Amino acid sequence: MQQTFPGLLVAHAAQRPDAPAMREKAYGIWQTLSWSDLAAMVADLAGALHEAGLRRGEHVVVIGSNRPRLYATMLAAQSLGVTPVPLYQDAAGAECVFPINNADIRFAIVEDQEQVDKMLEIRAQCPQISNIYFDNPRGMRNYEETGLASLDDLLAAGKAFSQKNPSFFADEVAKVTSSDVAAMFFTSGTTGNPKGVVHTHSSLLDRASVGARFDKLVPTDEVLAYLPPAWIGQNIFSYAQWLAVGYIVNCPESAETVTIDLKEIGPTYYFAPPRVFETLLTSVLIRMEDASTLKRALFKHFMDLAQRVGPIKMAGQSVGLMDSLQYALGDAIIYGPLRNNLGMSRVRVAYTAGEAIGPDLFTFYRSIGVNLKQLYGSTETAVFVCLQPDHQAKADTVGIPCEGVEIKVAESGEILVRSPGLLKEYYKNPEATAEVLSADGWYHTSDAGFLDSDGHLKIIDRVKDVGRIKGGAFDGSMFAPKYVENKLKFFSFIKEAVAYGDQRERVCVMVNIDFDAVGNWAERQNLPYAGYADLSQKPTVYDMIRDCVEQVNADLSRDAMLAGSQVSRFLILHKELDPDDGELTRTNKVRRGFIAEKYGVLVEALYGDKTEQFIETQVKFEDGRTGAISATLQLRDAKIFTPVQAAA
Amino acid sequence: MAKREIGDVILDVENISLRFGGVNALSDISFDVREHEVRAIIGPNGAGKSSMLNCINGVYQPQEGQISFRGNTFKHMNSRQVAEMGIARTFQNLALFKGMSVIDNIMTGRNLRIKSNIFLQALRIGPAEREESEHREYVEQIIDFLEIQAHRKTPVGQLPYGLQKRVDLGRALAMEPQVLLLDEPMAGMNMEEKQDMSRFILDVNEEFWLHDCFDRTRHGRGDGHLRSRRGVGLRQENW
Repeated sequence: MQQTFPGLLVAHAAQRPDAPAMREKAYGIWQTLSWSDLAAMVADLAGALHEAGLRRGEHVVVIGSNRPRLYATMLAAQSLGVTPVPLYQDAAGAECVFPINNADIRFAIVEDQEQVDKMLEIRAQCPQISNIYFDNPRGMRNYEETGLASLDDLLAAGKAFSQKNPSFFADEVAKVTSSDVAAMFFTSGTTGNPKGVVHTHSSLLDRASVGARFDKLVPTDEVLAYLPPAWIGQNIFSYAQWLAVGYIVNCPESAETVTIDLKEIGPTYYFAPPRVFETLLTSVLIRMEDASTLKRALFKHFMDLAQRVGPIKMAGQSVGLMDSLQYALGDAIIYGPLRNNLGMSRVRVAYTAGEAIGPDLFTFYRSIGVNLKQLYGSTETAVFVCLQPDHQAKADTVGIPCEGVEIKVAESGEILVRSPGLLKEYYKNPEATAEVLSADGWYHTSDAGFLDSDGHLKIIDRVKDVGRIKGGAFDGSMFAPKYVENKLKFFSFIKEAVAYGDQRERVCVMVNIDFDAVGNWAERQNLPYAGYADLSQKPTVYDMIRDCVEQVNADLSRDAMLAGSQVSRFLILHKELDPDDGELTRTNKVRRGFIAEKYGVLVEALYGDKTEQFIETQVKFEDGRTGAISATLQLRDAKIFTPVQAAA
Repeated sequence: MAKREIGDVILDVENISLRFGGVNALSDISFDVREHEVRAIIGPNGAGKSSMLNCINGVYQPQEGQISFRGNTFKHMNSRQVAEMGIARTFQNLALFKGMSVIDNIMTGRNLRIKSNIFLQALRIGPAEREESEHREYVEQIIDFLEIQAHRKTPVGQLPYGLQKRVDLGRALAMEPQVLLLDEPMAGMNMEEKQDMSRFILDVNEEFWLHDCFDRTRHGRGDGHLRSRRGVGLRQENW
């Protein structure tokens, strides 16, 4: 069957008119919008936008957080054969200029005053912007610019239009075909202008339905839409799958109320990047520290049990009778209330993606009975490439290729994907399209990885960062710096790590300790210290970090492909890597090349045989002044394990 | 939305003098406030700014002079009567119920408007329940307006100072006042909190359903874009 977004909307409205489609909290009470009300709203908006001059083949920008009426305008645009382009609501005005001009956008539909200001600010650079509609009239009383109107006005105009042209909406929807362009998402390139990823109705809806079938999603499922709608993940979870399945999307009251709304709604299908899960866990652990002794003891006892028993239960295997009984007791007094407190009582399926998740973090949620899984995908693949089946979730893989996806690993180690969900093209950018999409339909992900013995995909690093060990015991084996760094960073004591080893005999690492975590630890050990530099060079701190490094080595030695990436020598840096000093990017990713240059003497010392090295570095303070700090850093060896061939 | 125009005089203060024994707190102060106007009272510490508000508020009884509100002149009135006439205020030292939630604190501002008696309210029966829902809706509109949705159920004592100030303003708004007296609305705030507060005060005057607004800003700089067109200056005199 040919499926389009507006087509699905009309079908839902006809088949289950009174079923809830969306909810939004207004004045403290959740208000429900039914499918039929939504369809009527979309029809009115479509009529009004048409009347205002919006024509088939054009693009509109939609900027704002998750608001039902913004989703309705995206549907209205699609009904008219117009492509909605969601942009990030926290992007600066200047960042919106390129997408808007690139797609010759005349119509902007935005959430509130903040976004209107942004549009007005860039109007000089984008003179074609003729119509700006805003959802929330708060603060808009003194605006007299031309082309500015509220969505209320637009809806009123639409109502009148629909009364005069009752068949307009149905006719327009019928003209939309599944091979038409449905939406465009701008991805921020690390260099140059962002690229518009063009998706058709069929590519998005195909992936949405595959994901829905995989996890057996049903119309009674509940989702909380709280991530930016401009991100394809949010778009899939609260738009494409919403229409494909017909479940209920709940819009939080504001960004600050998300955790409260989460508890009130109790979603059954949940998505969050690892850092959200981490923040939730930290808040729980901090509150536990303040709990009474009895509660702390109970928590510790049952969390230890959960760590041991939970993952086995989640894998669908049976545990002994005693453990089963104990776990059931734990569920009644600890895990259940904890899930409830996290707003995850009803979660059937939870996903995390976007970056590597620490095994401890991953296991924590699974051990208390939250079915947390990982997936792999990107904007260009309409998200779903790989998914973890319910009982086979592992912390270090991203699952098996899902329905319709073919995966192959190129010579370079790069993962190539063929899937019905691939992008149509990069908008007005055939060179970039040709770079990633080969003529026979393979998409180049630029991620390096491999399929493990169970057929699960394992992502190692970006292809361009993967190197080779040269000479020594592991000559020619693969070196994946980010993989090693991530493994180290999963320890709470390690904040950052920078690994070197490409074209070298062995792998060496520079580590940043986490000042809070290590400082706290030092206090409990009665270890006095004078500051970051002093603490970082304490022999006991080195011992502790060496234990972490050796655990990583032991882990790596069990990995057939990456045993050569074991860390043989490390040092702890005397200062925190900082974006202000150019050592990290603004998104806190390490800039390996820059660091290698800046700390050249340290890299040389790591590959030499000194046990300490003096270094002086320039630092930039927050007020712009510069200063120098110096220290004599120790260098330590770490134990290397012989590779275990039988992969555990 | 039409911009509200400044209208007629709504509050007229004439020749007020207030003495505490031999101390002249206020001597012969006169000014007026028009509808939809933001009016500032400025002055150094001890100049009598709070005393002036307390006179309008009915907390202090000035020895001389008179105050007219919407044409009704009064000389001696207690604070309840003033509140019933539609004059609300916030406090420099916040006077909130620290252990109660934000909602409950703002609900106390509805106290004068609740008609059902204490027994019906306690049992939440009959008209009391319906009445509470109506008042709750009004309070929710204030919460939405002041953007404190995330703190609805948080005990006020746990909130940062800037937010407590907002709750204090919310409670005053809950009275649906015609004149709002703000005592040091920006005191102790950081730049961002001051800007937020300025925006709320402007929005109260222009968008909220208040009839007008009267406030008193600190004499500091950097109070965002809040500028009253007319000010009342008070200075300390030797006695």
